[in-house]
Order: sequence, then structure tokens, then C-alpha cells
Amino acid sequence: MSDSYSTTDETTDSEAANSTDTGTEARRPGETLDETTPSIQEIPERETVIEATDLTVHYGDVEALKPVNVRLPEQEVTAIIGPSGCGKSTFLRCINRMNDMVDAARVGGELRYRGTNVYGDEVDPVALRRRIGMVFQKPNPFPKSIYDNVAYGLKIQGYDGDIDARVEESLRNAALWDEVKNQLDSSGLDLSGGQQQRLCIARAIAPDPEVILMDEPASALDPVATAKVEDLIDELAEEYTVIIVTHNMQQAARISDKTAVFLTGGKLVEFGDTNRIFENPENQRVEDYITGKFG
Amino acid sequence: MTGSSSSSDDARTDGDELARPEGGDHVRTDGGEHANPFATVGDDIERKQRIGRVFVAVCAASTLVGIVALVVLLADVLLEAWGWVTLEFLTYPPSRFIENYYPGGRGAGIFPALVGSILLIALTAVFTMVLGVGAAIYLEEYAAESRLKGFIEANISNLAGVPSIVYGLLGLAVFVRFAGFGESLLAGALTLTLLILPIVIVSSQEALRAVPDSQRHAAYGVGATDWEVVRDVVLPSALPGIMTGTILSLSRAIGETAPLIMVGAATSMFRAPIEDVSGIPVPDLFGPFAAMPMQIFDWARLPEGDFQHVAAAGIVVLLSILLLMNATAILIRNKYETR
Repeated sequence: MSDSYSTTDETTDSEAANSTDTGTEARRPGETLDETTPSIQEIPERETVIEATDLTVHYGDVEALKPVNVRLPEQEVTAIIGPSGCGKSTFLRCINRMNDMVDAARVGGELRYRGTNVYGDEVDPVALRRRIGMVFQKPNPFPKSIYDNVAYGLKIQGYDGDIDARVEESLRNAALWDEVKNQLDSSGLDLSGGQQQRLCIARAIAPDPEVILMDEPASALDPVATAKVEDLIDELAEEYTVIIVTHNMQQAARISDKTAVFLTGGKLVEFGDTNRIFENPENQRVEDYITGKFG
Repeated sequence: MTGSSSSSDDARTDGDELARPEGGDHVRTDGGEHANPFATVGDDIERKQRIGRVFVAVCAASTLVGIVALVVLLADVLLEAWGWVTLEFLTYPPSRFIENYYPGGRGAGIFPALVGSILLIALTAVFTMVLGVGAAIYLEEYAAESRLKGFIEANISNLAGVPSIVYGLLGLAVFVRFAGFGESLLAGALTLTLLILPIVIVSSQEALRAVPDSQRHAAYGVGATDWEVVRDVVLPSALPGIMTGTILSLSRAIGETAPLIMVGAATSMFRAPIEDVSGIPVPDLFGPFAAMPMQIFDWARLPEGDFQHVAAAGIVVLLSILLLMNATAILIRNKYETR
């Protein structure tokens, strides 16, 4: 128990140091404590990309997501944390309508992407997914060559530029180019797990989406590969809006700017700056969860 | 106690010359310092191990029965056919006179039935690939889970068990009479298609189901449409499985006799079902045809003794084609599995 306390403290400290370096979000742990009214719905300094209004999901008769109201800012890393079965993946999959593939799933309320309700009649989920890329829990490259894996999204989206150049750029951005540049024709499945996941990230960013959803992208990876993916997420946030589900609180503290905490029952309990959530959560149960008392 | 157990440990690790001389029985009765720590649980395990060995023996014997029967059958047929499978046998039409089959005779054989069977199976392959794979894709990839879907799938599985003669009757009623194809190659191929369609659908569905959902999600995630997901991701992954199932079904169809009797295939034809259209040989879809199983049956029932050798030669040709098809299925599977 005391163990988890100390690790949490350590990581939040280093996170605070990191954000001082990056500037905009800088806030010493002490300052958050002094704030008089840390409102739950902090007005994001950046423009909102995703806005959920009373968003609910039912699987059959089971309520997987209680009404969620949240606004996710652009070009930041938002972490979604919470115990197993709390609806965090369900929420993530609402954003690019991957829940459509679950026959029993029903979505209520609104989820706006740049002001348009993605569950509106006029929205084609295929078009939506071209703006919102996704990286999954288990690396799932196609059983095709590395090149074809990255080029697939470009080809089906009718990219009319230089596909070769775009593939190279994506692999570079995914920090994989130097490792695979001489074996672009070999199968993506021949790579190690960590490389496969970076290949999947390259595949997701190749068609240049605006938002990248990540569903526990490092949970199947070893620590070294995890560290590489985390570094990568940091860099991706300069260009893309990243929304990442993780069950690893240290990871959330390390890499995210904003954190959303879901707790059992599919309820979004708290959302705000990562530093504040980890240093001074408003909700007692969030504090218990973050300090490792349950979950 | 602790001291003694540690000394026994030492004895064991020190080497065999110390541990071995004190035999198992001695150690157990002694009860003192070298007691077998597993003594009380040993008997039960011993009994279970014996049951396990009996089980393995029964399984191995079952395997052996099948293999021995097959080998005996094959050896018998091969011995009967020895010397009768000649180039003439493969390239000449059948004859009523046994002398024509003798080596150095005028030449007689299985040619029309061989060509008939190959055309029949080729046509059946085209029909089943289109209908069977189409149905499997619809059921697996598109149809929503519902009672109707469950009902349809249960019925398809049941259809796989319907005797082939029933399909023959259906083919006679629908294709020969109602559709007016007559006793033709086309009617035969369509009947065989119906016969193996349930098996092809079920095996194709299994192949499609074996494609992990993570692959589909990956494609959807980069903005693929349903059709693109099926075309680019699901089908390429499932194709080896689909091909294997289809080829194995076709090798069942090529040996079928009953449905062909019903749709009126000739037992013996002197001409292959091939037309000459301005110099190019074209399959005569609407003409009469013979197939190998029926030709073999025709030979086997002839009274003259040497015709048994001719029938055996026919069986060897049929089995060779079967073997060829199965080998193709295995090759396809291996080629794509190792990728």
C-alpha cells in the first residue's frame, strides 16, 4: 500500500517538472492546492474538438455509460483512467463510432466533433473514422508488408499525393523508420510487439487524422516498448489530439495534459488538468482510486 | 527432523552412489530419515496413469483400424489394376469387348467419363465458390444476429446430412424437368452444387469466423467501408480456409454416383461432352455426359472376369484425381499458413 503511494508521488512530481518545460500547462503541485475554486469543468484554453452531452451507452439492458458531459481540447493528450469495466473503453469507442459494430449497443445523447453530432443522420461513420484514427490494445497489423500496412489507409481514402513519401513520413513520426527502412516489403507480423504497435500508430497517422484514439496501447508491451510508445504519444500531441485510455495511472500522469476519471458504473466522476487530478482530486473516491485504495 | 531431511537432501544432491543403494521399499518401511514424501499420494496417481495408458492404447487401435482398412483396400485395387492403366486407357472411349482393353489391342478406356467428371467438377467448383462463399460472407459478415439467422444456419447444417439421392431427386425435378436443362452436364453440375453447398457454406463460415475481429477493427479504424473490410482484410485471411473446405467438398462430389443416376447421366458414353466450335473445343453444357463413378459401376457389373481389372483401373484414375485435389488443398493451406 505504502508502495503505491510513493510511486504515485514520484511520477506526479516528474510530471509537474515536465509540464514546466513545455510551458502552457505549467502548474506546480503546490499551486493547485492554493486554487480557491477548481471547477470540475475547467474551461479549456484550447479549442474543443470532442464534446459529449448527456452521452449514454446501453448494452442491451445494461447501462455501460451514465450520462457523460465533457469537452476534450485539441492538440492535447487526454487520459481516460478508471478501474476495469468502468466504461472508459466504451466512451472511447463512442468517439469514432466503433460501438456501431456491437449489435446490442445503443447510444443516447450527443457527441459532437467540431460541433457536429457524430450520431446525426447525415454523418457517415466511415467519413468520421477518416478524421479520427485509432490504435488498439493489442497490436493488430494486417498480415501484409510493412509498407502496405501504412499505405492501406491512404489507398482506401484515395490519397492522391506521393504515397511513398507519406509512408516514410508516417513511419518517421512513429519512430519506426530507422528500424524498418530496409525491410518495408517484409510482413508487419515479423516485427516485435512494440514495433508492431508503432506500426499500427504509423498506420493510424498516415491518412493525417485530427484525433487519435488509443485504447490501452501499451498494455500488451514490455517496459522498454512502453517507454517508446509513451515518448511517441508525447510527440504526437504536437500535431494531433490524442485521447488515450489507460489502466496505468503512472502512465496517465506521465503523458497526459488532461485526465478524465471514470469509476465503476460507467460514470465520469472527474475531469480536469492531470496535475490537479493527481494532486488534489475533488472527489473522495477519485482520490481513493488514484492513491490505490481500490481499483 | 529438520536435520535429517537436510541430510537426505545432501545425499541426493551428492550423487547417485549415495542415494541409489537405499531402494524405494527400504526407505518407505523405514519411516525414519528417508521417508518418501510422496508415499501417501502415490497409489492413486499410479491407478490414473494406468487408465491413461489404456485410453491411449484404445485411441491408437482406432487409428490403426482405419489405416489398415485403407491400405488393404488400396493394395487390392492397385493389384487388380496393375498393368491396366495405360495411356490408351486414359485416351480412348470405353468398349463392350474386353480384347480392346488389352495392351496392344485396339484401345479402349475411360476418356469420355474422365473428361465428363473433370468438366462436372470444374462447373460445380465455379457454382459453389460463388454461391457458397457468397452465402457464408452474408451470414458471417453482414446478417445481424437474429432468430432468423440462427434458423437458417441450423437448416444449412441439417442439409449437409441429407442423403445424396434426395439431392438427385431434387435435381431431376428442378433442373432436368422444370428448368428444361435435360439430362445434361449443366443439370448434373447444378445438382452436385446443391449437394455440397451446405458443407461449403459451413466450412467457409468457419474460415471467416477464424479471422480475428482485431483485423476488422484495424481496417474500420482507418476508415474502410464494410465492403473494403471484407475485400481487403477478411477474404484474404479466410481464403486458404475457404479453398481447403471447398476443394475437400469437391472431392466428395467427384465420387458421387447416386445424384448423377437420378439426373440421368449416361453410364457409358463413347464421346466426351465437348463441342467443336469453329476449331475450339468447348464444353457441351446441354449435352449428355458420363462420369467416372458411373463408368466404373458399368464395368464392375459386366459378367466377363477381366472387366474387374478395367473397373479397378478406373478406380485408380478416380483416386488419383481425388488425391491430386486433396494435395492441392493441403498445398494451398500450407502456403498461406506459413506466411
